[in-house]
Amino acid sequence: MSLRRFVVRRALSVVPVLFGVSVITFGLFHLTPGDPVSQLVALNPDVSAAEEARLRERWGLSGPVWRQYLAWLSNVLVGDFGRELRTGRAVSGILWRRLPETIVLGVFGWAFAIAIAIPAGIYAAVNKGRLGDVAARVLALSGVSIPNFWLGLLLILVLSLYLGLFPVLPPSRLPLYHPETLRYLLLPGVTIGTAAAASVTRVMRTSMAEELNEEYVTAARARGLPERTVVFKHVLRNSLVSVVTLAATLTAGIVAGSVVVESVFNWPGLGSEFVRAIDRREVNVVMAITLVTAVAVVLANLLADVLYAVLDPRIRYD
Amino acid sequence: MTAVLEVEDLTVRFYTEEGVVTAVDGLSYRIEAGETFGVVGESGAGKSVAALSVLGLIDSPGRIEGGEVRFEGEDLLSMDESELRSVRGDEVGTVFQDARAALNPVYTVGEQIAETIEHHLGYPPSAARDRAIRLLDRVGIADAETRYSDYPHEFSGGMCQRAAIAMALSCDPELIVADEPTTALDVTVEARILDLLAELADEFDVAVQLVTHDLGVIAGTCDRAMVMYAGEAVETAPIEELYYDPKHPYTAGLMSAIPRVGDDDDRLPTIPGTMPDPIDPPPGCRFHPRCPFAEEACTRTDPALVDPETGEAATLDDDRAAACLEYTEGLSGGLDYSVEVAGGTGEHVEKTIDERDEGGPDE
Amino acid sequence: MTDGDDPGTDVTDDDDPGTDSAGSRARSRTDERGRIRITGFDADRVRDRDPLSERGDEAAGGTNGGTAAEMDGRWRRGLRRFGRNRSAMTALAIVVSMATVSLLARPVEVLGVVVQPFALAPYDPTTILYLSVDPSVSPYDPPSWRFPMGVDGSGRDLFSRVLVGGRYSISIGFVVVGLTASFGLAYGAISGYYGGVVDEVMMRIVDVVFAFPGLVLALVVVATLGGGYWQLVVAFSLFGWAGYARLVRGEVLSIAEREYVVAAKAIGARDRAVIRRHVAPNALSPLVVLASLNVGSVVIGVAALGFLGLGMDPSTAEWGTMLDATRETLIQGPGGRIPWWATVYPGGAIFVFVLAMNVIGDGINDALDARTTGVGRDGRGGRKERDGGDRGDRGGDES
Repeated sequence: MSLRRFVVRRALSVVPVLFGVSVITFGLFHLTPGDPVSQLVALNPDVSAAEEARLRERWGLSGPVWRQYLAWLSNVLVGDFGRELRTGRAVSGILWRRLPETIVLGVFGWAFAIAIAIPAGIYAAVNKGRLGDVAARVLALSGVSIPNFWLGLLLILVLSLYLGLFPVLPPSRLPLYHPETLRYLLLPGVTIGTAAAASVTRVMRTSMAEELNEEYVTAARARGLPERTVVFKHVLRNSLVSVVTLAATLTAGIVAGSVVVESVFNWPGLGSEFVRAIDRREVNVVMAITLVTAVAVVLANLLADVLYAVLDPRIRYD
Repeated sequence: MTAVLEVEDLTVRFYTEEGVVTAVDGLSYRIEAGETFGVVGESGAGKSVAALSVLGLIDSPGRIEGGEVRFEGEDLLSMDESELRSVRGDEVGTVFQDARAALNPVYTVGEQIAETIEHHLGYPPSAARDRAIRLLDRVGIADAETRYSDYPHEFSGGMCQRAAIAMALSCDPELIVADEPTTALDVTVEARILDLLAELADEFDVAVQLVTHDLGVIAGTCDRAMVMYAGEAVETAPIEELYYDPKHPYTAGLMSAIPRVGDDDDRLPTIPGTMPDPIDPPPGCRFHPRCPFAEEACTRTDPALVDPETGEAATLDDDRAAACLEYTEGLSGGLDYSVEVAGGTGEHVEKTIDERDEGGPDE
Repeated sequence: MTDGDDPGTDVTDDDDPGTDSAGSRARSRTDERGRIRITGFDADRVRDRDPLSERGDEAAGGTNGGTAAEMDGRWRRGLRRFGRNRSAMTALAIVVSMATVSLLARPVEVLGVVVQPFALAPYDPTTILYLSVDPSVSPYDPPSWRFPMGVDGSGRDLFSRVLVGGRYSISIGFVVVGLTASFGLAYGAISGYYGGVVDEVMMRIVDVVFAFPGLVLALVVVATLGGGYWQLVVAFSLFGWAGYARLVRGEVLSIAEREYVVAAKAIGARDRAVIRRHVAPNALSPLVVLASLNVGSVVIGVAALGFLGLGMDPSTAEWGTMLDATRETLIQGPGGRIPWWATVYPGGAIFVFVLAMNVIGDGINDALDARTTGVGRDGRGGRKERDGGDRGDRGGDES
């Protein structure tokens, strides 16, 4: 099978998963008592029964569940996630404003993780059992064990409060494209990327050490290739395969991490909006963000699989 | 004849959690230019470790503890990594047991051959590619041009081994070290690969060190052979003499254990027991716990490798050597096995070692 | 794979390019003179005689037991190896003592009956010190002999709160992992064993669940059900089983191919028996590893919900909730002083517990690793020494 056919087939398999994702998202909110309208009514006791019925009609909340689902889905597919109950603002507008903030944070977290973890993993595997390896392993283990909200608080405590190296918290933040933004980005970015960096280091070290024991490595050395070529050309590509299989899980971790880390650092992204919406019971916002999150993870998964197939030709033939 | 490879007193140890394993213990042998030299023994005899140590390919926790490995007169063990690398792949090619595992799964077979050529011979990419394709064609891979861009998993086991042979030959080496090259293959494929190896060895005028556990493989391909047991050489002989006149009881045991079509015996004779624990080998002759001819003396004295005719210590130049007390101190019971040769006409040639060697020189 | 199996090879080794050239020079030699047979190499002599030296009898080789015995040995060997792993044993001691301390910190009452009378913590975690204990205590007093971890923003003893604070996270961690691992084991075993459409549908469901990050789903569940102990258990269990299901299914698929399972099926063993006797025990060791690593992530998850103010009641002595309470003051700093203790100790407790849990998980992984336990005495050629070497390497890791 060619790479292109693999990609097409894999992309098509995303469709049923996305369908399932939409069903679960819808189900989570609509099988529990109290739809948005009854909440609105609770907020505003002056609403008459007739108005309530009209609202239900307008928001597609009348009729059997499956019809409600279809109404919701068809709206979502054209980008309409409904309105905020309190303010009446369109949820899609909130999404569009918040999403770039979270993407910037997530991409920075990933970049930080990769930049730290790949070299650290290679170093540890090549120097297995020596001091540097032990240090890398202890650090990586600590990195996967540290709660990100605590790490964030500690960074603020030490770097901002005691040492004054970073601004504590932006009362009102500068726009993303402003060069100053990087200073605000550093702490939350490092916080969100630490777990991924630690996981990738661990996987990289293990898979690299395993690959180094493979026969093809001995064979490559027996061909007189320099150790540099053996490690960086032959072994690295094989070890990256295991990192790529992990990438989707880690992306999910970063997305989940953004909820916590954005709250710690008052970062105005989807994560902090999510927590705020849960607090205020803004069902439409919570639903929209849940859905966006899941779709992002599904797409990350797809991307990882494609990368996997590019790196390892054997996959395309399964 | 000049020697391509001379190994003298090679000792390799592995420092493991359970203890120190002496995988190769004072091993000496020589391989002459253009000859095919067999190394045979059961699993765990140290054959593969010996072969890999020659090229300095032993990984931690293994360590080469002593000895000399002279390749065309130069000691490989005293070379630094980069000098050694210029020998590996260029002057000494290697063929591994599992050819598919020895190829990197994420690069095409052709790329990997061309990579070696580019590295050692300094060919530009396109010339290296042409040479790789010619080599693939030469080792019998049909449609080599297309097959160049196939990945290892698209090759059959036999084809992988052919590609590995092409890779070993790619820089016109003087010596090919083949470590159990056919063990992982079907019997029919095995025969063809062995023939190919022999044929190419002739054509390229390259010496081959063929490591195997199968005496049958040795018989078909080698000029001389060495039998190893528990890290030591127990017998060295030209191939004919090894078969028709085995001097060491272990060799005799290995040969009696070869199954034959048409044998009326209802039970396949085997060598009793297993290879000794490499961490704590038995005292005296390491084979004595499994040797039907062992006597009390065998538990005390570790026999040296000697010329079985004279009983004098064997040197690298000796073609014939065996390590059994029978040839030095003499055993009271002797070695009373015999070799029967059943020819096509049904005539029987019988020769009893016992008779000839009774009253050896050192008695 | 044999050459004939490969459809892509139009010309395979079947038509060989050069059998009858000079290449087979040596082969003909031995063939010419006919068949050789060795007689007189009598193995029985070795078996029958008395051993020559005290360690002589190498002939009595061990035989392999059945699968059950093999499995048994594997777990026992794993246990022994785990016992030798000093860091894992230390971590186990930490986890056990933290769990014990949080249980014994304050008395436990069930339906008004005291079932656990001990009180290791000096104060009740909800006692506001300046009201009932000592009026001179004020909020955010730094650590002292009397209050080793300081006083929190509401004037409560942090040391007592940290000791008690593990109750919720730790117990929820183990309960959730117990529930999700059992369900995931059953789900994955069924999916992998039956295969086909069943497998396809069941794994699509797992794919869908995997699309939601665990914490996001837990937040949604807590948002609809409200906070509280059992709500948190539900929040993390509802979708937490998917990882186990996928892992077990993969293991089952690889085990189901193995000979003894095929044999068991062939002699007509019932499906349920095959799953229970052969498939499940083999899938168990990676499951145990994953479970031990997951306890830590659930504990972090529970604490994260607490930190976001959604887990337990805001005044609860729970590690995450305690951090939430100090967040704002950390940023503003009451009167220029930074009450670092209110942040460092509760978070440190989570960190130490999760770290210890992960070290245990790594230790179990090393101890049960099939790659090392599976090394038999059937090594190929000189490779045996290498396997031994690998084990030595691993030994170095553990210390």
